[in-house]
Amino acid sequence: MSEFTGVRGTVWFRALTGQSSPMPGDPKSVLTSDALIGKEQGLFLCVVPDPHGRFPCARHGEVGLEEAYTLATRIRQLIDESKDTIKRPIVAIVDAKSQAYGRREETAAIFLAAAAAADAYGSARLAGHPVITLVVGQALSGGFLIHGYQANRILAFDDGGVMIHAMHKEAAARVTQRSVAELEKLGKKIVPMSYDIRDYAKLGLLYKLLHVENPEKPSVEDVQKVKDELVEAIADARSGPHDLRNRLESKGALEMRKGSLLVRSKLEAQWAEK
Amino acid sequence: MTNKRYGANFIYRQSFIELDARERATALFDAGTARELLGPFDRVESPWLAMQGVTPQEDDGCVVMKGKIAGQASVVVALEGAFQGGSMGEVSGEKMTAALDLAYADSKKGTPTSAVILLETGGVRLQEANLGLAAIAELMGSVLLLRKHAPVICLTAGTVGCFGGMSLVAGLASYVVMTREARLGLNGPEVIEQENGIDEFDSSDHALVWAIDGGEQRYATGLVDALVEDDTPQVVEAIRKFVEKGAPAVHRSSQVDLYRSRIGALDTSRQWDPKELRTLWTAKSATEGKQ
Repeated sequence: MSEFTGVRGTVWFRALTGQSSPMPGDPKSVLTSDALIGKEQGLFLCVVPDPHGRFPCARHGEVGLEEAYTLATRIRQLIDESKDTIKRPIVAIVDAKSQAYGRREETAAIFLAAAAAADAYGSARLAGHPVITLVVGQALSGGFLIHGYQANRILAFDDGGVMIHAMHKEAAARVTQRSVAELEKLGKKIVPMSYDIRDYAKLGLLYKLLHVENPEKPSVEDVQKVKDELVEAIADARSGPHDLRNRLESKGALEMRKGSLLVRSKLEAQWAEK
Repeated sequence: MTNKRYGANFIYRQSFIELDARERATALFDAGTARELLGPFDRVESPWLAMQGVTPQEDDGCVVMKGKIAGQASVVVALEGAFQGGSMGEVSGEKMTAALDLAYADSKKGTPTSAVILLETGGVRLQEANLGLAAIAELMGSVLLLRKHAPVICLTAGTVGCFGGMSLVAGLASYVVMTREARLGLNGPEVIEQENGIDEFDSSDHALVWAIDGGEQRYATGLVDALVEDDTPQVVEAIRKFVEKGAPAVHRSSQVDLYRSRIGALDTSRQWDPKELRTLWTAKSATEGKQ
């Protein structure tokens, strides 16, 4: 695991919004800000580490109870504000290690907190807000389900420090009773198991892979390029349906998700039979 | 509803937990109305397991049935906990998502079609890793679509329970039904122990596990809508009741202010006795609280 989780999140939040402090009343681990994207104001959100956070198991960039409800609050605020006006874009900047693994979290129903954040993102998307996810670092497991995976369009940096996966390597190795080396070898053969972002891109779930020269210290050109790509993704999201079907209709899915496509066509046919 | 079958009638209960996924799904429908879709004879199985030396199953551990519950059009999707721990793979995931999307399409065309999701699952099937996680995200998107038009009811009866990403699906549901035997949580006790040590969570302490994740606790804290005995008629009755009730105006996962303030009020300097939460979070305030 990278010990630098959250560095990229903070760096890119600052680069795209010019801000790096939380909203009043919010925990330090959630950065939210309005900022100009193209010709309009977007809402940017990012979860970052807070070594002094209230919950001991959510101090290193994990998405915990407070993070999830804060994201949900800020997104719902935007939905409410824009009921009768233009639906402003939402940009989720993702560098999240995982969900928070703790006893307090389970006792206080982190499953509901997680659902509440995903609900807010998904409801914003269905209300017509373009929801764009920019993966700048790690997007792992429940952390990504809570913060980012309900977006209309997902962009990620084409870079070794970027990882989108169901479970971090060490834990996945333990659970499947393999060594990390075996797991990495399997990933070469079985694309959905790979930890390489370029393999992830083959699954057809991403809108685009972006190359930036230095993701940890972006240049002015890098930042401008990412902004341009976000503007384009926002326009693309506005031009399409609000559901997630684009993921299964992508070129990558035609190749890599044949099983899904077969299920869908057969089920549709049988559903209609009497 | 919870205790009337204890006592002399106990031995006459018809266990629901002992049923497999197909029997559970069938039991929920009005007699003679259920029809299985994409059943084992269609042989749509996981394309990823055989190449890893794992024997696939011809329904990929997910049963889809369409029919009527309480006279209303309904679809039931049931995960088979006995196959790969009820884990979400590409095929089982797409079966669920496609079934909900079809229910949504019918609902929009004027036939409200409820969905009942039987969750016995540890979450993502790690042999299909990223496609499993993506399937959960897409299923969540489809729950959000359907629940505006018809209720999405999650039932976790046990004994696998509902963990991992699929607990978010339960979180998004219109209604959740549990038994005392079932558990519901994001991270299973073993995972927490692995990640943060035995002091954080001793997964061998079963009393603690059920005190936190168990159906009784989740019901007493207002996080689920019905607690039923492991008795098929009781389970069926609870599901029928929620189908008849229709989708709620405000879903639990949209009550952000209520839950955010509850989290804000907790003393995080120590671990809590789960019972404390029962007085702080009453069932009534959760289902009737406003956004």
